[in-house]
Amino acid sequence: MAFTLSAEQEKLVDQILARYPVLQAACIPVLHLCQKQVGWVSPEVIDYVASRVGLSTSQVQGVVTFYTMFHQRPPGRHTIWVCRTLSCEVRGAKTIQEHLERRLGCHAGETSADGAFTLKKAECLAGCGYAPMVQIDDTFHENLTVAKLDAILDRIARGEAATQDETPWYPHAPAP
Amino acid sequence: MPTYKNILSNRYTLSRSWTMEVAEKAGAYQQARIALTTLAPERVKSEVEAANIRGRGGAGFPAGMKWGFLPPAKEGQDVYLVINADEGEPGTFKDRTLMEKDPHRLLEGCIIAMHAIGAHKCFIYVRCELELAIARLEQGVRDCQARGYLGARPFGKDWAMDIVIHPGAGAYICGEETSLLNSLEGKRGEPRLKPPFPAVKGAFGMPTIVNNVETIAAVPDVLAMGGAAWSAISLLPPEMKDGGTRLYGISGHVKRPGVYEAPVGITLRELIDDFGGGMLHPDRPLKGVIPGGSSTPVLRAEDKVHAPDPKSPLHRWHGKSHLDVPMGVDTMRGIGTMLGTCCAIVMDSSVSMVDAARNLMKFYAHESCGQCTPCREGTGWLANVLDQICAGRGKAADVDLLVDISNNMMGNTICALADGTAMPMLAFVRKFRKEFLEVAEKGLPSGARLDGAIRAQLVGKEAA
Repeated sequence: MAFTLSAEQEKLVDQILARYPVLQAACIPVLHLCQKQVGWVSPEVIDYVASRVGLSTSQVQGVVTFYTMFHQRPPGRHTIWVCRTLSCEVRGAKTIQEHLERRLGCHAGETSADGAFTLKKAECLAGCGYAPMVQIDDTFHENLTVAKLDAILDRIARGEAATQDETPWYPHAPAP
Repeated sequence: MPTYKNILSNRYTLSRSWTMEVAEKAGAYQQARIALTTLAPERVKSEVEAANIRGRGGAGFPAGMKWGFLPPAKEGQDVYLVINADEGEPGTFKDRTLMEKDPHRLLEGCIIAMHAIGAHKCFIYVRCELELAIARLEQGVRDCQARGYLGARPFGKDWAMDIVIHPGAGAYICGEETSLLNSLEGKRGEPRLKPPFPAVKGAFGMPTIVNNVETIAAVPDVLAMGGAAWSAISLLPPEMKDGGTRLYGISGHVKRPGVYEAPVGITLRELIDDFGGGMLHPDRPLKGVIPGGSSTPVLRAEDKVHAPDPKSPLHRWHGKSHLDVPMGVDTMRGIGTMLGTCCAIVMDSSVSMVDAARNLMKFYAHESCGQCTPCREGTGWLANVLDQICAGRGKAADVDLLVDISNNMMGNTICALADGTAMPMLAFVRKFRKEFLEVAEKGLPSGARLDGAIRAQLVGKEAA
């Protein structure tokens, strides 16, 4: 079935297209908008975006496959990205990933059996000073311990929104 | 903790600092108003030039000079300002603080910069993972439009201005400026050949200035203080032309990781001990520190500056530890590394440098765009060889293979990703050769992992 957006969303697409001197530049923002609707970039989404921004489907497909954040298969209801790059790694990223794999019963790159969570490894998410950290859907969760992560996942499992804490930036409290 | 004056971050701690009301009450948009209503573009440019801002994105190119590369304005030719907010260099997390804590400082800088370079439109290319930053910037743009700071007549000036927040889609390479421009145009983010440089032919074929978030966020204060005064904040000698204040990040094995503001030219030791609170664990001393994002070669405390020639710019630090050299673009280059983004990754004695190198090489192998063969193949081979070495299937000759692969990547590609992979790889092998040879012969001890020293603390019930 062809992919369609609501009239309201269509208006949003028009606004995005108007921001750029060429239609093609709207490709990535419109792909994001569609992915938010259906959870992934399906072949139908690619057809739709191609027709809206005046590209061939193969060109849009080329864009989709280049970038990490476009899901090319339907993910679970939530996606968890575990940052595994050096700063996080030396502060416990592997421990966090192992715990998630045990809890969800799936490996990184897979979706839990109940379809609730897709677990993925991420490259640096710019949270290095607050490691280890994960991104769950749109929110960052930093300075994690296993207990803290469990509490967040419990909240999500109960259907509550995972809210992002304001990162305790600068200046830090003086050392005790 | 040292007490330097917070300039870039002086609104960070205000309650709801990211809102227009709070930011404006604390002084936001005053300089934009002054610039647009009273200052000629040339005047703004000359202040920025006098400020000696070296680009904060990692390359350290003088921002004033970059603006000077624009060709003279031509009828029917647009000029674009593009902000590189694709912060993704491992270890780097400073621009995110600006966008989340004080988006109005960046937006004000954009307005002033558009005025200076004669642009009607600015694109802020933010990596899409930073949803909070994007939301706050978008709200900031709407507030600016509502107040008439953007739109057809910003601050009453007959020069339409618009800022577009453009999300990326997850690709490290898009932090490279020409790759970012391709991505902005809706294409795969593959770097372009230079020349032509973006200042001549950039976004949509038009002259384009690409600047880092922090570089542009400094512009309002440069005007407020005057370029010369802003430059003089730096602790480096003026002839180094490396001015101002900047955001430092510190992560890894320190007590207080985070982002801190200090003048250009503090030392790594100051960053680690005074800001970072010292090493995380008293029994585990510093083994290596990556000074400015993962592409900058690693440093050791025991290495000393060798500059016996009194004419050498580094002579005054001759014989001192690398950690006691002030951090500047040219000083760091002088000791064989790079300043990069000024966000250091600290590793203590629990870290296997072979495993750390493997972690980073996997990153580069994942993020190479695949356009140039030496990079596509080289990054993958480095990761594979390190995997074999770590698993105990290596041999001593593999260490030289790492060097050989790196040497064949350097300078043989369109963009700097390959160099940014090879340089740290070579430094790891050069400085920790004995450790590499040992692991190549025997593999890593079974169960060795990078978070081995900290694991119990995360799993334990009492973990803070």
